[in-house]
Amino acid sequence: MTGLERIEAVFRRCRAEGRAAFMPYHAMGYPDRQKTLQIIRTLSEIGADLFEIGIPHSDPLADGPTIQTATYTALMQGTTVKDCLAMVRELRAMGVAQPFCAMSYYNPIFAYGVERFVEDAAAAGVDGLIVPDLPPEEAGELEAACRQAGLATIYLLAPTSTEERIRYVASHCTGFIYLVSVTGITGARSELPPDLAEFVARVRRHTDLPLAVGFGIANGAQAAAVARIAEGVIVGSALVKAAGGEDGLARVAALGRELAHGAHHPRANGAS
Amino acid sequence: MTSLPVTQSKVNYTAWPDEAGHFGPYGGKFVPETLMPALDELEEVYLKAKHDKEFQAELDHLLRTFVGRPTPLTYARRLTEYFGGPRIYIKREDLAHTGAHKINNALGQALLMKRKMQKTRIVAETGAGQHGVATATAAAMLGIECVVYMGTVDMARQEPNVYRMRLLGAEVRGVDSGSKTLKDAINEAIRDWVTNVRNTHYLLGSALGPHPYPTIVRDFQSVIGREALRQMLDPETGPGRLPDAIVACVGGGSNAIGVFHPFLEYEHVRLIGVEAGGRGIEGGEHAARFADPKLGRLGVLQGTKSYVLQDEDGQIALTHSISAGLDYASVGPEHAWLRDLGRTEYTYATDDEALEGVRLLSRLEGIIPALESAHAVAHLVKLAPQMSKDEIILVNLSGRGDKDLGTIMKELGAL
Repeated sequence: MTGLERIEAVFRRCRAEGRAAFMPYHAMGYPDRQKTLQIIRTLSEIGADLFEIGIPHSDPLADGPTIQTATYTALMQGTTVKDCLAMVRELRAMGVAQPFCAMSYYNPIFAYGVERFVEDAAAAGVDGLIVPDLPPEEAGELEAACRQAGLATIYLLAPTSTEERIRYVASHCTGFIYLVSVTGITGARSELPPDLAEFVARVRRHTDLPLAVGFGIANGAQAAAVARIAEGVIVGSALVKAAGGEDGLARVAALGRELAHGAHHPRANGAS
Repeated sequence: MTSLPVTQSKVNYTAWPDEAGHFGPYGGKFVPETLMPALDELEEVYLKAKHDKEFQAELDHLLRTFVGRPTPLTYARRLTEYFGGPRIYIKREDLAHTGAHKINNALGQALLMKRKMQKTRIVAETGAGQHGVATATAAAMLGIECVVYMGTVDMARQEPNVYRMRLLGAEVRGVDSGSKTLKDAINEAIRDWVTNVRNTHYLLGSALGPHPYPTIVRDFQSVIGREALRQMLDPETGPGRLPDAIVACVGGGSNAIGVFHPFLEYEHVRLIGVEAGGRGIEGGEHAARFADPKLGRLGVLQGTKSYVLQDEDGQIALTHSISAGLDYASVGPEHAWLRDLGRTEYTYATDDEALEGVRLLSRLEGIIPALESAHAVAHLVKLAPQMSKDEIILVNLSGRGDKDLGTIMKELGAL
């Protein structure tokens, strides 16, 4: 089975079970290597359907303060692209079976060598790629390599995307489309944007791919609200924030359960 | 009106960028999806304005009556005598309003936003503070809300400019991430833009970033080269002929591309960019993207593909220069392409050489250059002895040195 097929299987299963996918993000190497492995394994045991694993970059221009700090910490501890792939292999060996989508800015991939990165990532157990500063216009080489290796290429759409761009970007996406809920950078927010449902509907008119919504989702009620309108619920900053500090693992587990419950039982959690 | 010399250039150097914003393998658009529609809009609006006579007439009027253009061309008699070689002329961007060339682009983009876009707010980044001051100035004059991001290291070394921006009504936001210099200010300005893109224009200050910025900034800065070309050819204002070499400092590369561009077709005119050699290339403490084969490689930073100082893992290297305006890990994509084409060449001057440049120009010509521009002056020490008495060098003096007095006093000590 290719990585893309594994991702597709997750969304098929969720649809069959009448629920959305819970898709946690974690910044690889934060707070340290050992805890990264523990956090991802814990989330895999309490309802994660698919992981986004963040490869740290020195200049994360689409990220807010929480993920900036986390990836900076990871870099300061010497986390490299190779380390991130090694952690993926280790997680696979530990029995973590959910698909991994690697999220990286383009320069670390470009410096590694696009083709070689895609091959090594696929061999390590990565199933798809999300590169937030690489629009399809510039992604020819990456897409070709991903097709060859069977990896999904997931692009982002934003509330500012025009109908024309929605069509164009969707036509380059495989696996699912990542909808950025807000016009902004990553970070937990207290409210979901009021026009989110309208944005999701606007994208859906142009594609049959599963839609996953991320940016700003911080609690079970928000996860449930998103699960009512989309196939996937992506949570990054809130979990990364919980991961810092002494009892990080316990806090990630508690928040992870709440988020998974929200994503999996949209009507049982939060106001409709 | 002096007629322009006929060219024999076989390459049309003005054929780039292509439609997707590429200069050969460089340039392009590497930004989050949220910004893609804004870049498309900016390109569309800019292309219209470029051919809009009314817009161009208003810009031209403001350049004359507000900026003080054309800036003079000065014959550097004592500097010429000092080297005993080629005649040296100086294009005086230090005499433009706000003290540097940055106003040419800041005013152009601010006017573009005011007249052609449904936006009410400007964000900008600044390194030395010159672009920030220029943007704050244009925003004040046109009545636009303005926020400037600046690394806290740069705020400390360019303190007068911070006050100047605030006096002009801009909000200056300190950036404490990364190296706390220009690169980090750009990250933060982009994050603000991503968040507020519906009402905000990002007024990028150098020939960098995603398409169409490198082209827009180049076009607005090309006024330097167009004037210099006329002034050189006119015996009333210059030597009455083209120079044999043009020297300009290169951070992002906006003053250099501005003075180079109108001369590209005259292939016998050498075009020399001077990067910041910092404390020397070997230790890695510099901002010389073309000079360090170990750190300077093709990469993507802040929206564009170009030469980038980076480690083996693609993490952006920390840079150093005595001049905040050259202290940046990447370089404008058109410079990388013109270098590949063999049309431009790049060298570097160290911190110490730049300080010597400050001293030379101050004492011999009565002009205190900005530390950035002093890198171009410093290169004369190497270039002039290689050239003959009947040759001519044009130096683009991108800015004046008042803002750097604190740094210069610390470095040169009691005089």
